[in-house]
Amino acid sequence: MAENLLTLAGVHTHIGHYHILQGVDLAVPRGELTMLLGRNGAGKTTTLRTILGLWRASAGALRFEAADIAQLETPAIANLGIAYVPESMGIFAGLTVQENLLLAARRGAPDEKRLDWIFRFFPPMKTFWHLPAGLLSGGQKQMLSISRAIVEPRKLVLIDEPTKGLAPAIINNLIEAFAELKKTDTTILMVEQNFHAAKSLGDSVAVMDSGRIVHSGQMAELAADSALQTRLLGLSLEAHQ
Amino acid sequence: MKAIEGQRVDWIPPALMLAIMLGALAMIGNPSTWVTLTVAGLAMGLLIFIMSSGLTLVFGLMDVMNFAHGLFIAVGAYVAASVMRLFSASVASESFLVNLGAVVPALLAAMLVAGVLGLAFERVIIRPVYGQHLKQILITTGGMIVAEQLIHVFWGPDLLPLPRPTTLRGSFLIGDMAIEKFRLIAVVVGLVVFAAMIVILNRTKTGLLIRAGVENKEMVEAMGYRIRRLFIAVFVAGSALAGLGGALWGMYQESVTVHIGANMMVLIFIVIIIGGLGSIGGCFTGALLVGLVANYVGFLSPKIALGSNILLMVMVLLWRPQGLYPVAKQ
Repeated sequence: MAENLLTLAGVHTHIGHYHILQGVDLAVPRGELTMLLGRNGAGKTTTLRTILGLWRASAGALRFEAADIAQLETPAIANLGIAYVPESMGIFAGLTVQENLLLAARRGAPDEKRLDWIFRFFPPMKTFWHLPAGLLSGGQKQMLSISRAIVEPRKLVLIDEPTKGLAPAIINNLIEAFAELKKTDTTILMVEQNFHAAKSLGDSVAVMDSGRIVHSGQMAELAADSALQTRLLGLSLEAHQ
Repeated sequence: MKAIEGQRVDWIPPALMLAIMLGALAMIGNPSTWVTLTVAGLAMGLLIFIMSSGLTLVFGLMDVMNFAHGLFIAVGAYVAASVMRLFSASVASESFLVNLGAVVPALLAAMLVAGVLGLAFERVIIRPVYGQHLKQILITTGGMIVAEQLIHVFWGPDLLPLPRPTTLRGSFLIGDMAIEKFRLIAVVVGLVVFAAMIVILNRTKTGLLIRAGVENKEMVEAMGYRIRRLFIAVFVAGSALAGLGGALWGMYQESVTVHIGANMMVLIFIVIIIGGLGSIGGCFTGALLVGLVANYVGFLSPKIALGSNILLMVMVLLWRPQGLYPVAKQ
């Protein structure tokens, strides 16, 4: 059993008057890809944003390796080695692909070998190197957002619905890229609505409902149990393949 | 910002400016008068650009509405007047280089004092009201009133003379054309400031961070950068530039009153709105448009000169509601 890189215990998050996370307990094993599933409004995105400090936890503990990150500001949390791919992609539209990646590389200019590795999965990043990112297609913007997160080795990558609204061919491309990323021992916590992608990529899984984790375990177990899928998610994974 | 800072330039606004210049030439009829008015308009526009560039970045980066920006303009002008008085012998000299020995320290002192004041202003006045627009308007307006009274305490309530150095008075005469020497200086300084900003924004990582922060500050923080430190740096630089603009504007008018900054604020707001909030390229183009239109209309139809820039803003916003070069905010 891998040790946990990230642990959330009894985390509550309020946004304005709304009580979104209502005691989230979540463990993310080191070197694995953990899928965070759940219906719309279950609190998945809020969980990712709370980990990164974009929303402040009102109660509970968040530990990353040995560090208590509950009270840290977002830049300090990110500098521990955490990258974030938001649902909105968060690309800088007025900056070129090159400039987007340059900003993401905190240790100086991006490493050439690492860039070549990224270009293998995402050739448009090389093709459109000098193009303003705002002119890329939706799939290419997602590729850029992911490329930014992995332009340097990270300990943990938080990814929010990377396949949302993308064409099947692009989704397969992303799945291949994530499979390669997993081989580098990068720990990933991914929110995903595409069950095919979730099933093929996830090592472990946590399912959220109404601001809580209602199930956690191995992805393979959930994928094999259609009754459990129906109970937790309201539908079977098989129905979506 | 992508207008100038990005890789692809939208040439329609510069083409519009050129069309306005050519249209003015046709209406004015006399080429030498047109050249005089055009240089005056460009000089005025570049001075407004110097004063407003910091404010547009401050708004773009942190959504801070600083109604006290005119304070830094006024302080810059007052400091420049005080330094020029110290160097009165150099100001009166017939040598351009000796004159510069008074002007350069005056401009540097104006920038330094306005920058330091900006740092204090951000910490004391702005920081407690981040994200609260109404409070920002109220407290920065209040801060401006208090600061104006403090200027009265330090420099007195009377109009302060700020004489131009001897060699910067008068005009160059080229045939029938008269071009004021000081306006040429203003054009040169304005272009240098603009070029420096473009280089910084395009060729340095700090510049990239500013451009990225204007678009999506949350993502910049999620990448591990402390946007607040960047904002403070931009606020201080913007205040220093306002001080520089105030010093030049004071020299242009050859006198300083406590309202020199407040009087410019309407034009400055028009410029940053026309340009697109947060866009340096837009601010530059907007400032030149405002300067040119003010001078052309002032000559052709003085009765509507006062409203010409409001009319310009209305027309630009009807055409491009987000300004000439809107910044893609997220």
